[in-house]
Amino acid sequence: MDPLLFKAILVVAVFGITLIVALYSTFGERKIAAVMQDRVGPNRAGPFGLLQPLADGIKMFMKQELIPSVSNKWLFIVGPCIAMLTACMTGVVIPWGGSLTFGDQVFELQIADLNIGILYLFGVVSLGVYGIMIGGWASNNKFSLIGAIRASSQMISYEIAMGMAIIALVMSTGTLSLKEIVMQQDAGLANIVYQPLGFLIFLVCAFAETNRAPFDLPECETELIGGYHTEYSSLKLGFYLFAEYINMFISSAVIVSFYFGGYNFPFQHELGLDGNLLTIVQTLVFFGKIFCFVFFFMWVRWTIPRFRYDQLMHLGWKVLLPLALFNIFATGMVMWGMGKL
Amino acid sequence: MSLTQYIFWFLSFLALMSSLMVVFTKNAVYSVLSLIITFFAIAGHYLLLNAQFLAAVHIIVYAGAIMVLFLYVIMMLNQNKDAEPNKHPYLMIISVIAGGLLMLTLVGTIKGAELPGSTIVDAQVGTIEKLGQVLFTDFLLPFEVSSILFLAAMVGAVYLSKNKLQS
Repeated sequence: MDPLLFKAILVVAVFGITLIVALYSTFGERKIAAVMQDRVGPNRAGPFGLLQPLADGIKMFMKQELIPSVSNKWLFIVGPCIAMLTACMTGVVIPWGGSLTFGDQVFELQIADLNIGILYLFGVVSLGVYGIMIGGWASNNKFSLIGAIRASSQMISYEIAMGMAIIALVMSTGTLSLKEIVMQQDAGLANIVYQPLGFLIFLVCAFAETNRAPFDLPECETELIGGYHTEYSSLKLGFYLFAEYINMFISSAVIVSFYFGGYNFPFQHELGLDGNLLTIVQTLVFFGKIFCFVFFFMWVRWTIPRFRYDQLMHLGWKVLLPLALFNIFATGMVMWGMGKL
Repeated sequence: MSLTQYIFWFLSFLALMSSLMVVFTKNAVYSVLSLIITFFAIAGHYLLLNAQFLAAVHIIVYAGAIMVLFLYVIMMLNQNKDAEPNKHPYLMIISVIAGGLLMLTLVGTIKGAELPGSTIVDAQVGTIEKLGQVLFTDFLLPFEVSSILFLAAMVGAVYLSKNKLQS
């Protein structure tokens, strides 16, 4: 098989799986919420309500499309597109599994092994702000604008602590390539052992970056109606909501790759599995780990109430940032003590 | 033409067009968005030159941070036609002359400059490993000194905001 063809198939597969997982995350979220609140949850469409996401999707398509006459029409459409685009772009550098061998050809289950993978990831995340800002501003509605400003200031603030947490990780692994980080965790221990504080900071920042509860202030209903997507309807609203679920899936994948060994699992080389089979099992294990984190995201949403805005800023700037700086310092000292510098 | 050349011409066209848009568009938000596209085109050029680290940092710092703040300020200002102050026609003439002079200087400099022939240097020249090696060995002092600049900017920002609070 042509390597380019394989890459094309991989791109389509990753894109498709991301969308399907995001689609069923909406269903999972409603079911989990139902269990936590002692309700039944969606159960009408299909067996166990399994067709509910499709019904929701069709509903989104069929709804009347409203573009406010006072809005900036062009940017009003561009906003949700950017949100969706940046959400889908991050899957490129994630290693989804080992390598598959067909005959004498070896194919890596990663779309692009950039040697600046982490920086790419960080760059795409930092562009995610534009979707929300442009959408909120183009709506020409004060609630949308306030929501957009809240969302963007929240994302910028937490990006800094997130970057600092990543720096400590890069110090201890010595590479910016995600593939290499995952491979190192195959040889040694998972990075959570070396970077427990960094993991905690990264996790909290991931919640803030995806605008998930308890950091869902941008769409705080009690104060801002719907936040930045107040004026949006039909599929454009769907894009914004969907992008959040994609971000949740991808950030779970990133957390697993960074701190929990990626697609590796304990004693994987003692099982006596042959190359391709092992890769498939690895990929399944990887998805299992991701779903644990997706569940965690939902669990937190239905457990912890929303922060107040000043508490959010306080946490970001006065708690997480100093902690992240301390983490860098501590990592440096430990590495120096162990003679790794 | 090779693929690289096509990409080069496309990126150059994009960079020029979007930077012209920055100047000519009436809407300040469009200006900022065009500037972001310009940054992307320039980052693409960096990639063509094998400077991946520079490209990534260019996107993160300029497109991801500085332009967000620009957009922020412009959105908050909510500027419209009525609020725009009346500009004196003299101001326009003066700025045209100043801009023309700058262009004259630039054209003169570029025309007189000797462009070095394209020599193939180390293909790894822009990678992050090489950059780190050079920054922390040959250019350690300038690198560390430049961080004082950032420290000064940070202290300045904190001072200005705290000063407002007290008075």
